[in-house]
Amino acid sequence: MSMTSTLSQARAPATWQDYVRLLKPRVMSLVIFTAFTGMIAADAPIHPLLGAVAILCIAVGAGASAALNMWYDADIDAKMRRTRSRPVPAGRVQGSDALALGVVLSLLSVLFMAVAVNWLAAGLLAFTIFFYAVVYTMWLKRSTAQNIVIGGLAGALPPAIGWAAAAGSAPLDAWLLVAIIFFWTPPHFWALSLYTSEDYEKAGVPMLPVVAGAAATRKQIFLYSLLLVPLCLAPVLTGLGGALYLAVSALGGAVFLVLAWRVLRSKAGDAPKVRNDDGLYDVKAGAKDARNLFAFSILYLTLLFASILAERLVQLPGLA
Amino acid sequence: MTDPANESERDAKARRGRNIALALGLLLFVVLVFLVTIVRLGANVLDRPL
Repeated sequence: MSMTSTLSQARAPATWQDYVRLLKPRVMSLVIFTAFTGMIAADAPIHPLLGAVAILCIAVGAGASAALNMWYDADIDAKMRRTRSRPVPAGRVQGSDALALGVVLSLLSVLFMAVAVNWLAAGLLAFTIFFYAVVYTMWLKRSTAQNIVIGGLAGALPPAIGWAAAAGSAPLDAWLLVAIIFFWTPPHFWALSLYTSEDYEKAGVPMLPVVAGAAATRKQIFLYSLLLVPLCLAPVLTGLGGALYLAVSALGGAVFLVLAWRVLRSKAGDAPKVRNDDGLYDVKAGAKDARNLFAFSILYLTLLFASILAERLVQLPGLA
Repeated sequence: MTDPANESERDAKARRGRNIALALGLLLFVVLVFLVTIVRLGANVLDRPL
């Protein structure tokens, strides 16, 4: 980047859209979807307005932790192609402003959840924000290759928060949904990191392909997939998932395993890293298998949760 | 922070946009607090010692 363009970017005023970008709206939409699924799966009466407020609090809490992440990780983000145009590293928003936004929205979302909905949901939301902003961002991300495995808990908790908001409790079924996202995260994220590892290497982030190599990462992806697929069938045993869920989890699980097997047998992450674009999907041929698993993992999780939603909302028959 | 008296048209436009977004956010929050209060009170507001 030339000196002129750097200076002109530094002078560019922050727009309201920049502050929205600090909240990572795309991640927020996934959080809303999984939290809403947890809330509907709870099958407990909640006033529609309070349900909407609970979802809003979860979304704002997720956004707040994203803003805290962007404040703390501005140095890393500036070095990575995928993240260098974010508002803080690009110089449009000051780090202190991102911090202030994150703190204020964290407090507002947790306290409003406590007052409007219940303390269990508020407590789980507070824990999620703390876990993502402090445990993952400030500690794990820079110190261990297991960063996204443990840190993935923060992204996995929204269904339990949604469930707790509706029912006032978080039973086994709620934690099954959490466990599914938790075990889905490593194969999903490592598949992506197999073809973006040069970015992490440049930024000094100890992602698994950087620390242990591509072959070890491909093996870990397959092992986690072996754990994930049977786990995704477990809701059928507890009655949380019905016939539609069984079909989706079994067929999707089989495809997931095939794709993970192909990644294991591939050279993904080994090939010379030549890429001149900013996209996540336009990758070198050697990483095609990793890209396919990454793309399918998103579809698989979406279909799993969508089938639980459909069974509850359309009142599809269960298996019992 | 830019001095409002000396800011460019681009800066002023960005500031106005930020202020409007903040105002709308605050308005939404106030309306939500009001509605949540009404919902949480529910029929209890009529069932109190006078």
